[in-house]
Amino acid sequence: MSLVQAKGLEKHYGRDVVLERLNFSVEPGEFVTIVGASGCGKTTFLKMMLGTESITRGQLLVEDKPIPGEPGPDRGVVFQKYSVLPHLTVLGNTLIAEELSRSKLLGKLFGSRRRQAREAALERLTEVGLENALDKYPHELSGGMQQRLAIAQALMMRPRILLLDEPFGALDPGIRQDMHELVTRLWREQQLTIFMITHDIDEAFALGTRVWVFDKWRDDPHAPEAYGATITYDLDVERNREDAPSQAKQIEEDMHS
Amino acid sequence: MKRLINLKPRRAARVALALLPFLLIAFVYLGVSNARHAENPNDRLLPLPAQMAETFAGMATEANVRTGSIPLWADTAASLQRLGIGVGISAVAALVFGLLSGGLPLFRAPFSPLITVVSLIPPLAILPILFIAFGTGEMAKVVLIVVGITPFLIRDLTGEALRLPNEQRIKAQTLGASSWQVMLRVLLPQLTPRLISTTRLALGSAWLFLIAAEAIAAQEGLGYRIFLVRRYLAMDVILPYVAWITLLAFVIDQALLWISRWSFPWYHVDEKAAS
Repeated sequence: MSLVQAKGLEKHYGRDVVLERLNFSVEPGEFVTIVGASGCGKTTFLKMMLGTESITRGQLLVEDKPIPGEPGPDRGVVFQKYSVLPHLTVLGNTLIAEELSRSKLLGKLFGSRRRQAREAALERLTEVGLENALDKYPHELSGGMQQRLAIAQALMMRPRILLLDEPFGALDPGIRQDMHELVTRLWREQQLTIFMITHDIDEAFALGTRVWVFDKWRDDPHAPEAYGATITYDLDVERNREDAPSQAKQIEEDMHS
Repeated sequence: MKRLINLKPRRAARVALALLPFLLIAFVYLGVSNARHAENPNDRLLPLPAQMAETFAGMATEANVRTGSIPLWADTAASLQRLGIGVGISAVAALVFGLLSGGLPLFRAPFSPLITVVSLIPPLAILPILFIAFGTGEMAKVVLIVVGITPFLIRDLTGEALRLPNEQRIKAQTLGASSWQVMLRVLLPQLTPRLISTTRLALGSAWLFLIAAEAIAAQEGLGYRIFLVRRYLAMDVILPYVAWITLLAFVIDQALLWISRWSFPWYHVDEKAAS
């Protein structure tokens, strides 16, 4: 059974067609990277996956059920920024996931239940290498460490689907390389299904098992809003890794023409 | 020569520059006051510092024959109590309603237009109504402060809640948070330091409403005293009282700032970077 399926999915804003003709099915464990020019509806698609953007037409299914119209613990998310809560420490930011699920009234744990939750949070933080920064606030962390924290936080609820919206876009190249290794490792270990938006095509090919290119399927210069973007390339990367660089080059040329 | 916008005073110069206007005002006052007393030793309008100090010491140590209490401390206690209760009620109400209004669109839809209109009512214009409704006792004065600053605080907190990045709310929901939990664990902790900083701004208005209410109907209070002795042109009481009120306001303001910095270090990151 496919994990995520789209059938004739469309998104319009008034008369402006943003996305249309979206048909795909994604299996559990796939790592889908999404590239495309800015304004082509990549983020709109991710918001539909999150449930913060409504569906105009067609279907978006998770395990054959329509995707809920609001965010939930089955779909974790990491944004480019504002992903972590500024008023909580590193530990607090991860602990809060346990606290929210185990203490419905106060959203806070005390005593032995807190110690248990702390263990779980520590485990996550160790996975991303933040075990030595437990009492630091986000503003005391570098951009890369903030994103590590955001990833640890997103994985606390053990979501099946992880949505990443240009999570490494603001990071230095060297740090980005570390983050790639981290995400790849977590994706393998926890059998995640990942949808990741990026504007870096090399990153898309380096990380994804499947690369989607979002672009308008038809362009009418007299009515630019009449046709929306769709998946113009759907490339299986893992099966033919060796020609990935040439494919990346080809797509980059296409997008800039 | 650097541009004017890039010239910053060093630490020592900054302290000197900060003191300069105060010294200047004191110097001008002393000059004019001395000149007037040289002409007329009984001048009441600009009393000499020694005269003010003597009167103020009397107000602070000698009990009033009629009431049996020491005026300065009785006035200070009465005013601070009214101010404390009024501002306290306002702050709690603002936090609750700001949280609801900033957190729940369905609450905000009918509530926000109402509070916008209410905040435009000049509070002093309804002071007579408050006196009619609550009598001239403590209640009317406290209610005036509450009516005066609560709408402003609510509007500010609602705005602050709406300015928080939506990503935070979404993230909390992906961690399984309910509406209640989002308000309790995401919005409330971030609105609290904002409440403190906005309350610091609102304290000026709170003092205004307090003194206005005390001026019209009271038996004690800092504002009451000032307006009482105005009849005798007793500037030697009024000026020290104004200075005393200013000192109290300054101490309260700095105490709130200190509490906020100590309890919410993450909230004050930007201001440290700016200074």
